[in-house]
Amino acid sequence: MNHWIIAPIVLPAMLAPFIVLAARYHIGIQRVFSVAGVLALITIAAGLTWQASDGTVTLYQLSDWAAPFGIVLVGDRLSTMMVLLTAVLALFVLLYAIGSEWDNRGRHFHALFQFQLMGIMGAFLTGDLFNLFVFFEVLLIASYGLMIHAGGHVRLRAGVQYVLYNLLGSTLFLFALGALYAQTGTLNMADLAQRVAMIDAADTVGIRIASVMLLLVFAIKAALVPLHFWLPSSYAEAPAPVAALFAIMTKVGAYAIIRVYTLIFGPDVAVTEGLHGLWLMPLALVSLTVGMVGVLAARQLDRLVAFSVIGSMGMVMVSIALFTPTGIAAALYYIVHSTLAAGALFLITDLTRAGRSDLNLTAQPPVAGGPLTAAMFFVAAIAMAGLPPLSGFVGKLLILDAGFASGWVVWIWAVVLGSSLISVVGFSRAGSTLFWKARSVVVPSEVDDAEDFKSAENREARAGDDGSAVPSFLSYAAVSGLLALLVLHTVLAGPVYRFTEATSAQLFAPSRYLSTVLDTKGKLTRPKPEGYEDNHADDGHGTEDTGHGETKEEGH
Amino acid sequence: MEFLVASAIGVMTAGGLYLVLRLRTFPVIMGMSLLTYAVNVFLFASGRLTIGAPPILMDAERYTDPLPQALVLTAIVISFGMTAVVVMIALGAYLGADDDHVDDPAPAKDGSEGAA
Repeated sequence: MNHWIIAPIVLPAMLAPFIVLAARYHIGIQRVFSVAGVLALITIAAGLTWQASDGTVTLYQLSDWAAPFGIVLVGDRLSTMMVLLTAVLALFVLLYAIGSEWDNRGRHFHALFQFQLMGIMGAFLTGDLFNLFVFFEVLLIASYGLMIHAGGHVRLRAGVQYVLYNLLGSTLFLFALGALYAQTGTLNMADLAQRVAMIDAADTVGIRIASVMLLLVFAIKAALVPLHFWLPSSYAEAPAPVAALFAIMTKVGAYAIIRVYTLIFGPDVAVTEGLHGLWLMPLALVSLTVGMVGVLAARQLDRLVAFSVIGSMGMVMVSIALFTPTGIAAALYYIVHSTLAAGALFLITDLTRAGRSDLNLTAQPPVAGGPLTAAMFFVAAIAMAGLPPLSGFVGKLLILDAGFASGWVVWIWAVVLGSSLISVVGFSRAGSTLFWKARSVVVPSEVDDAEDFKSAENREARAGDDGSAVPSFLSYAAVSGLLALLVLHTVLAGPVYRFTEATSAQLFAPSRYLSTVLDTKGKLTRPKPEGYEDNHADDGHGTEDTGHGETKEEGH
Repeated sequence: MEFLVASAIGVMTAGGLYLVLRLRTFPVIMGMSLLTYAVNVFLFASGRLTIGAPPILMDAERYTDPLPQALVLTAIVISFGMTAVVVMIALGAYLGADDDHVDDPAPAKDGSEGAA
């Protein structure tokens, strides 16, 4: 058995306690280990992606227990691609956090960061729905710590909202899992896929409720309107590197929707037919509109970026809601783009904060380093708004093309193109106010609101940097790295899209996934009906095993 | 027994939802706890209700499904930890801002949110 597939989970899980226990008071050592860990993660993730790129599905049975009874990790194209994306984003976010000294403004940044990575990687790799819940909790509890990193009561208040909303989501997740288990008697994704397909068409109430509850949970994570209310405040108030890392968290929701609603409740499963298609597409279009109108309406740069994340998630969901191979392929391309662009924009927001009293979209005197920040904002805004020549444009084109064959074509084209126009106006207004009008300000505006948390924090930061407000070279390098990746994502659009196409083809032909997960031998391999006697005579395990199978039959 | 368990889940969920929709932190956290109790019982019931049967199959015709019990244990541990975290963060927010409302304060005149 290939053990590499569990490495993206084990490595951060070991590194985080090490950082807490051994390097507690040495920020330098923490940084070295954190960066080294993320670099190793990238290497492992690249290797796994390479391994999966020819269509191989890698299975890892924890403790060698066979699939429906033990927990399995599964690495196919989709999982490994998301793992690689997470690792790459994490590297640049980490470099920025180090360059901007964010990691030194509170304690345990690096340990929490590693735990967060562990949760995200686990959520992408697991093949078991309850395990997915557990990894969601791991990534959430780490994100609670990161979200309130460096403190301040405004951030804590946003943190309370974020935590409560996600706790509600987790509770709903448990309800959904309970309902699913009551209906099918299993929580392994591959096993579920087979059992759901076997459910009698006359008795679909329970499974339909479970399916919709599960969709709601993932829609909360993906910040789909009307379940997006947690996002603007918490992303805007979170420390910039954390917000940039959170750019992947909404994608965890999108990933879970893609995984569960192609594998378990696929488009051709009779019992849930037409259930999500009816609601998902209109809500995705509304999300897109709300996000982009939010970009236009935002009065602060951080809120603007947060709403652009909602908008881009809407775009991803539009493409997913088609539930066609081309739609999923376009969505995956856009997911990569939107993660990188959102990460870069959150970091640029933090660069903009340097030298300004707040992030209100008002003209303030120019600061050193402004032109470079402005140039970066320009590039990232072009990418996010989906203007040529960057990957946002390519992604949008793919989504429009994928939507062409569906019955929603008029709506998709109208909303996607209309919202693009709105976001272009929003971003150019913000950019010109922040960076161009700075020259026209003669008298420095007074910072009258002494209570304002951000200005206080800003002064503190400036004092810490010996009066210089210019962000460090490493900060700029990290942001440039993300922007360079966006350019690369555009230049290599052909190969990347071919990969996402192959990924979505694999998702729509899950037989290899199912057979790899369910037919690989391990302890307690599920007895075949003809092999029943053999297994029964085998040992005590076999007996327990068959009994288990019978319970599940009763469950139907 | 089915009626008892089902109504217990229903009443706890209803109470929890009502409390979660309140404006201040303390009732919301109480509501969250009620909801987690409800979901724990619900998970427990998802393996069918059986009385007086062992959770391990030992040559018996009747037995309890052990998996939901494992799920409930995990869920209890996680919700316990999460409640502790949210209480700490909410306390921090309350002591910092001297205000325990969950929602954002109304925007100040200059448009900047966050001035409490």
